[in-house]
Amino acid sequence: MSSISIEDTDGRREILRRMLTIREFDSTAGDLFADGEIPGFVHLYIGEEAVAVGACAALDEEDYITSTHRGHGHCIAKGLDPNRMMAELFGRRDGYCNGKGGSMHIADVEANMLGANGIVGAGPPLATGAALTSQFKGEDRVALAFLGDGAVAQGQVHEAINLAATWDLPAVFLVENNHFGEGTPADEQHNIENLSETAESYNIPGFTVDGMDVTAVNEAVAEARDRARNGEGPTLIEADTYRYRGHFEGDPEPYRDEEDVQQWRDRDPIDTFAERLIDRGDLTEEELDEMRSEVQAEIEAAVEYARDADLPEPSEAYDDMFGEPVPEIEQFASRLRADGAGGE
Amino acid sequence: MSTKPETASTDRTETLTVREAIRAALREEMEQDEDVFVMGEDVGKFGGVLDVTDGLFEQFGGERVRDTPISEAGFVGAGVGAAATGSRPVVEVMFSDFLGVAGEQIMNQMSKMRYMFGGKIEMPVTVRTTEGGGMGAASQHSGTPHTWFAHFPGLKAVTPGTPAAAKGLLKSAIRSNDPVFFFENKMMYEQSGEVPTDPGYTLPIGEASVEREGEDVTVVATQRLVGESLDVADDLAGETSVEVIDLRSLYPLDTDTLADSIRKTGRMVVADESPLSYGVHAEVITRMVENEFFSLDAPLQRVGVPDTHIPFSTPLEDEVVPDGDDVRDAISQVV
Repeated sequence: MSSISIEDTDGRREILRRMLTIREFDSTAGDLFADGEIPGFVHLYIGEEAVAVGACAALDEEDYITSTHRGHGHCIAKGLDPNRMMAELFGRRDGYCNGKGGSMHIADVEANMLGANGIVGAGPPLATGAALTSQFKGEDRVALAFLGDGAVAQGQVHEAINLAATWDLPAVFLVENNHFGEGTPADEQHNIENLSETAESYNIPGFTVDGMDVTAVNEAVAEARDRARNGEGPTLIEADTYRYRGHFEGDPEPYRDEEDVQQWRDRDPIDTFAERLIDRGDLTEEELDEMRSEVQAEIEAAVEYARDADLPEPSEAYDDMFGEPVPEIEQFASRLRADGAGGE
Repeated sequence: MSTKPETASTDRTETLTVREAIRAALREEMEQDEDVFVMGEDVGKFGGVLDVTDGLFEQFGGERVRDTPISEAGFVGAGVGAAATGSRPVVEVMFSDFLGVAGEQIMNQMSKMRYMFGGKIEMPVTVRTTEGGGMGAASQHSGTPHTWFAHFPGLKAVTPGTPAAAKGLLKSAIRSNDPVFFFENKMMYEQSGEVPTDPGYTLPIGEASVEREGEDVTVVATQRLVGESLDVADDLAGETSVEVIDLRSLYPLDTDTLADSIRKTGRMVVADESPLSYGVHAEVITRMVENEFFSLDAPLQRVGVPDTHIPFSTPLEDEVVPDGDDVRDAISQVV
């Protein structure tokens, strides 16, 4: 059983709501970054919502995901709390990582979300390892790795898929082809047309789906999940999608023009799905407006939550390195404090 | 210090080689914890290229003693993912020179996930690997890079110098919820000694061991140089009283035991088979200068590899790989 069924009205409405939540969360995060309220780097998922939500709706809550540097959408799709996500972006103690991870490293192991990841291509080996645990312990869990088109060029991604294929591990590798690896077009980084063609070299199924269509992504991942759970090994899916924003906020984007973006916006994953739900009578225009308002209020509340949350104490910088304490960290930190040069 | 002490008898012992001691540790931990599994290149039916895992495949089967493809980044990374989800993997990297191939998964994932996730994850992975010159294996199969891992935040690194240390430390590494690198000097595999048989026997990670007491000079040694230093101490007995310490754990490092010793002897030689610059030697010496400056009676000395790679030809290899003679020369500089 999947966590959100696209087969029923409530499920479809929840899928729409999660896509709207991602759009609102990331639009807001972009504004807050521009205003200087969020430090570091922020990579927005706007335009790609159908991929994360379509995929996670096909997974069980016990299934694992690994994410990318563009991870907010995956977090929301997996059911993480926008309050604690926003608190993490603000570097607050109440954030998912107590302020130690930030935008690029949000994780919630309890929700089986094994982390956004600042290194391109680093997630697939972790997903292979999670799938290995599932197989080793005789569990039913599947591990899905989200990866970008750029990651397909990384050696460790090949190794991870090869290992999962060789051992028939319950893994799914979902390539989000948003057409740019940082600032270079995907077709200048790969010598194949569809990135799913690489599946042939592992002798696993591989196919490309419309990543602007949440239903198509959902069906593909559901099929891959069933295969994984039946012991038939991994599947490689490419979702053809588009990044409306730059690689990072503040990216001057010399590599494309607004016309390109507009062509994709005309097929916007949220608008098209909302229209479909209205057409089939799953919700009315008024209910859609209401849903948008609710989501907006939810994200506004998340911002307030984050602003009001406590910053960590400086001394917390020395926590969480190891499960078992090592004397070095305490000693070095206490010397800093004694000198008045750091800590409390 | 970092691993909870176990109450276990050390009265009953058996004579084992380092190779057998490591194998016994793996077998006992796999018997007592079904979450433990071993993976690496040729560790299964082949029994390991240096025979360390021989017999484990027959006892535990291919699910728990897994042969991997030759892809260090992939299988070390899978070890990280497995550890993050409730398994307790022991990953063998055949030669430590290959660790760099898996560098990303070690440096950015294994070492950082716990901290970056605010402490809300454990990382119970053990990486076993071989080190050391002396068998004509040339530069890409003879390196001693343990300093890198002792230096990198978020990793623990141990370097046993005796069969008993090998068994006790490996068992602690496997039980630890932190990532531990276990460095085996391959020239030690045939070295034998008394090893406790109690399956509860472990050694705490972060404690050094005074292997021989002495009054005139302290030799702090690791791996193969522990045995060589003990031989030197025997030779010098009656002339110079040498205290020999097996450092055992590079990180955490047991400053207290070292400080106690130098307060007694006032002199120290640090003998570790790794490049001399910026290494284990430097860390031990720095801690003595920081903590025990006024106990020092002579300049501190270091024995190691003179910042070269390990060459192939025997006279060249003998030149750069440190041994007991180098320890003896260093002692003579300070007493």
